[in-house]
Amino acid sequence: MTLQAHQLACVRGERPLFRGVDFEINAGDALRVVGENGSGKTSLLRILCGLTQPAEGEVRWHGRSIRELREEFCRNLFYLGHANAVKDDLLAWENIVVASTLSGTPVTQGDAVNALKQLGLGRAVGLPTRVLSQGQRKRVALARLQLSTSIPLWILDEPFTALDQNSVSELSGTINRHLANGGMVIYTTHQEVDLTARRARRLDLSLGTVC
Amino acid sequence: MLRTLYWVIRRDLLLVFRRRADVLTTLFFFVIVCTLFPLGVGPEKALLRTMAPGILWVAALLASMLALGRLFELDYADGTLEQMSLSSEPLSVIVIGKVIAHWLVSGFLLILVAPILAVQFDLPRESILVLVYSLLLGTPILSLIGAIGAALTLGVRGGGVLVSLLILPLYIPVLIFGAGAVGAEASGLGGDSHLLLLGGLLAGAAALTPWATAVALRIALE
Repeated sequence: MTLQAHQLACVRGERPLFRGVDFEINAGDALRVVGENGSGKTSLLRILCGLTQPAEGEVRWHGRSIRELREEFCRNLFYLGHANAVKDDLLAWENIVVASTLSGTPVTQGDAVNALKQLGLGRAVGLPTRVLSQGQRKRVALARLQLSTSIPLWILDEPFTALDQNSVSELSGTINRHLANGGMVIYTTHQEVDLTARRARRLDLSLGTVC
Repeated sequence: MLRTLYWVIRRDLLLVFRRRADVLTTLFFFVIVCTLFPLGVGPEKALLRTMAPGILWVAALLASMLALGRLFELDYADGTLEQMSLSSEPLSVIVIGKVIAHWLVSGFLLILVAPILAVQFDLPRESILVLVYSLLLGTPILSLIGAIGAALTLGVRGGGVLVSLLILPLYIPVLIFGAGAVGAEASGLGGDSHLLLLGGLLAGAAALTPWATAVALRIALE
C-alpha cells in the first residue's frame, strides 16, 4: 500500500500556494503536514482525497492515479475535514450509522453506541447533535474512526482542535493502534501530539520538503 | 448500491421530518397560490375551467422550485456533502436518492392535494384524473432538472434567484405538455399523447440529470 504525491502544485485564485510537493507514504507511516495559516495545508489534504484537482502533478494510489480509481480509492480512504460533517437534526448515533453507511462501510446501531461510549459520549448517544458542545460534536465525528479501522488511509484535518486533554490522548491512542496495524495517517495539527509511527514524518509546506 | 440509495432517502426524509415547517411552507405556498386565482378572477366557470391546468401546473412548478434550496445547501454547509462525494458508491446514486426524497416531499405531497384544489376551478372528474397523471409524470422531472440548478448555484451568493433564472426555461416543455394534457382531455382530444411525451421526458431526465448533477456538485466542492 502506497500513496504517492507526485510534484503537486496548488493555486488558489491567482496565488500559488505550493509547488513541487513530492512524497510517498507506506503502511505504518504517519505524515504530519505543517505550515503557517494559509500555507495550503487543508488544500493539500483535499487534493490528496481527490476533492480538489491539483494545478500540476497527480496523486497515485498503488501507482495508479486517484482520478481514474475514484470510488475504488474512496473505499480505502477516511477523510475528516474542517467541517465536522455532523447533522444537527440527527441523534448522535444516527449520525454515525448514516455517515458510515453512506461512505460504504455499514455499521449497526450497537456499533455506533459503543464507539460513542468509548469516546466518553455515553450520555449524549440519544441526543440530537444540535444540543452538543463544539468539542462533543468533534468527538461524534471522530467516533467513526473507531469503526473505520479496516480502512487503511486516514486523512485528518485538525483532528485535535476543540478536544479536551483526555480526548486528545484517546484519539492519539486510536491513531497509534491504526498505525501499528499497518494503517497510514496524514494529518495536520497545531498541537504537539505523540504518535508512535514506524516512520513519523513532517511535511513543511513553507519549505516544500519532507523530513 | 441499493442500500446506499435506501439510506440516502431514509436520511433525507428523517431530516425533513425533524424540520416539518420547511415542507409545510412548500405545501401552503401551493395551496395559497392556487386559491388566490379563483378569488381574483371571479366565479366564471368556463373561464376558470380553461385556466385551471395552467395555474395548477405553474403553482406546482414554483412550489417545487421553492424547495430546491434545501436540496444540497445544508449538506454543503456542514460538510456532509463532501463526505458523500468521497463515498465508495458513485455520487450519482446518492444524487438519485436525494432527488427521490426531495420529490416525495415537494412533488408527491402536492399531487395529493391537487385534486382538492382542482375542484375550486370546477374541473370535471376526467380532467382531474389526467391532471393527477400529468403531475405524477411531470413533477419528478422538475426535481431532476432542478437538482442540476441547485448543484450549479451551490455556495453562490443570491443562489435562489439565479437558480430560477437557470431552471425555469428548462421547465417550459414540462409545463407545456403537463398543462396541455389536461387541456387536450377537456377539449375531447384525449391527453394520452401529452402524457406519453411527459413519460419520455421523465425517462430522459432520469437517465441523464443525476450524472450532470454529480459533475456539478464535484465542481462546487472544489
